[in-house]
Amino acid sequence: MAKYIIKRIFLAIVTIFVICAITFFAMHAVPGGPFNSEKALSEATIAALEARYGLDKPVGEQFVNYLKQVIFNGDFGVSLKNGREISAIIGESFPISAKLGLMAMAVALVCGTVFGCIAALMRNKLPDRVIIFFSTLFTAVPSFVLATLLLLVFCIQLEWFQVWSVNSQNYLLPVIALAAYPMAYTTRLAKTSMLDALGQDYIRTAKAKGVSKWKVIFKHALRNSLIPVITYAGPQIAYIITGSMVVETIFTVGGLGSKFVSAINNRDYTLIMATTIFLAALMVVANLICDILYKVVDPRIQYD
Amino acid sequence: MENENNLPKKNILSAQIDLSKFEPATEEEKRQQDVMSKSTTFFRDGMRKLFKNPLAVLSIVLLSIIIVVIVVAPMIVPYEYSEILSVNGKRDKGAKNLAPFEYSEMEQQYIANGGERFPHIFGTDEQCRDYFIRVIYGTRVSLCVGFFASIIVLIIGVIYGSISGYIGGKVDLIMMRIVDIIYSLPDMLMVILLSVVLNEVLVFKAGSTLAKLGTNMISLFIVFGLLYWVGMARLIRGQILSIKENDYILAAKVVGAKSSRIIRKHILPNCISVIIVSTALQIPSAIFTESYLSFIGLGVRAPMPSLGSLANAAREGLQSYPHKLVFPALMICLVVLSLNLLGDGLRDAFDPKLKR
Repeated sequence: MAKYIIKRIFLAIVTIFVICAITFFAMHAVPGGPFNSEKALSEATIAALEARYGLDKPVGEQFVNYLKQVIFNGDFGVSLKNGREISAIIGESFPISAKLGLMAMAVALVCGTVFGCIAALMRNKLPDRVIIFFSTLFTAVPSFVLATLLLLVFCIQLEWFQVWSVNSQNYLLPVIALAAYPMAYTTRLAKTSMLDALGQDYIRTAKAKGVSKWKVIFKHALRNSLIPVITYAGPQIAYIITGSMVVETIFTVGGLGSKFVSAINNRDYTLIMATTIFLAALMVVANLICDILYKVVDPRIQYD
Repeated sequence: MENENNLPKKNILSAQIDLSKFEPATEEEKRQQDVMSKSTTFFRDGMRKLFKNPLAVLSIVLLSIIIVVIVVAPMIVPYEYSEILSVNGKRDKGAKNLAPFEYSEMEQQYIANGGERFPHIFGTDEQCRDYFIRVIYGTRVSLCVGFFASIIVLIIGVIYGSISGYIGGKVDLIMMRIVDIIYSLPDMLMVILLSVVLNEVLVFKAGSTLAKLGTNMISLFIVFGLLYWVGMARLIRGQILSIKENDYILAAKVVGAKSSRIIRKHILPNCISVIIVSTALQIPSAIFTESYLSFIGLGVRAPMPSLGSLANAAREGLQSYPHKLVFPALMICLVVLSLNLLGDGLRDAFDPKLKR
């Protein structure tokens, strides 16, 4: 177990390093320095600016310096477009995204599991058909389509909700838009794993011993059927982080995702670089935790 | 010396049969050997199962309709996807944001004067272009992207996975560590990053096919080629690891077949079902990715539409022209839904073991 965890942590560190390297060198492959896009500056000014930001050094050295800064000071440099500290931008917008993302994740996991179990327990009856119909439908709707449609119907046509602003922060619609796909997926996953668990021998044994129906379902079947759902939590986090970019943009939520999209549209390279590294590291760490958790929950899994 | 059947004397260890000890089969007994029904191949059997699945049949019908429409419609509709509408050579400035089947004033005059005008089935967009044909071309682009991206993934994944799985040992270990690292990269973020960079770095000669496709499209394919094949490679490697232990592989090796022949003739045909199913499920996910990228402004180049970029453009006038969002959105959902159902159907038909 310890060996497995150490191996996984090592792989995660390597991955984060690779991500940093790809991001850094990719951004440096973009022709034109960061000061070219602004007003015409004199050669001397550019040279002075480059010296100030350490851009006159070789790329390899710049990379090492950048890594040092990021790791030891949490300093990602400044945004090219408005000159603000990137760590400040992330610090102020990430909590909003995190709140949105965690809510969406909780909704997706809880509702998905509940619906999946209902579908499994009432197999081939009406509730099962309805649930499976909707979960199949929602796996085909991209989050941006759902988000825009929700905005159109509930904010513009029906005017039930205000469009997002500082005063009216209603998380309901963004959470629904973000949670729909992972929820549909979790539902299908939970249904199959619940059916699988219900068909196992230990369920029959428990029933034969006269354990009550609900106790069998909750204590024996549900706990075992949750394992695949936990495995999906890692990819789900990745989905929610990328999904939050468009959902936040559509609902004009001022989170990190919408900042990232506007940075892409503004070609704000330092901000793109910093956000990519930050979010990627987040995903890798989340995946790492999920993987370890998975092994803890299911001791049957062999460590490879 | 010869025995009663005029056969040469049998060696003690010979497997030669003494025919006198057998009697001929009667007609009835011979009929037992007759094949009553036509023998079925693996492919035909899978297809039969597929066509028994109503959802899969529905999705095939839907997809066929969509494909026929996107092939035929541009031949019938007299507008181009980038064409700004004009009447008698004069630019029709009133044809902006028309509702479905609505004509602009200039067109109404033209029709009143006896001219014929093809209706704008989905109306027009804010730059006076026929919206129907744009949605049609958008669907074409999205489907093509999904298809070609999956092919790229298929080719790279199969080659990489089969080499790694077949050779095994140290090579396998190193190749799989590389896959592990690529696999743990957050794909969407890397796609976005590479698209941003490749957009700036790749420059194509104006007018060439590549330039028409747009750097975004090319970078999308490059990204798929770089990142998305790892899932397929893992799958193929796993299959090959189990298949190569079989005796017929050993037999082929003993006969002296080359590795490439063994992989092509003996191993790959045995994991074809896995390949078919995962490729079929790859297409909708590629379409998802493309529409997502188009939506955040990293998709196809401006005049060329894709379903994602159309949906993105429709956000501008959402309040006044909601139908402009509905058409491309509906199209994405239809395409992805039917591809998903088809993929599920293929999985159930060809490889029931894979069933989740």
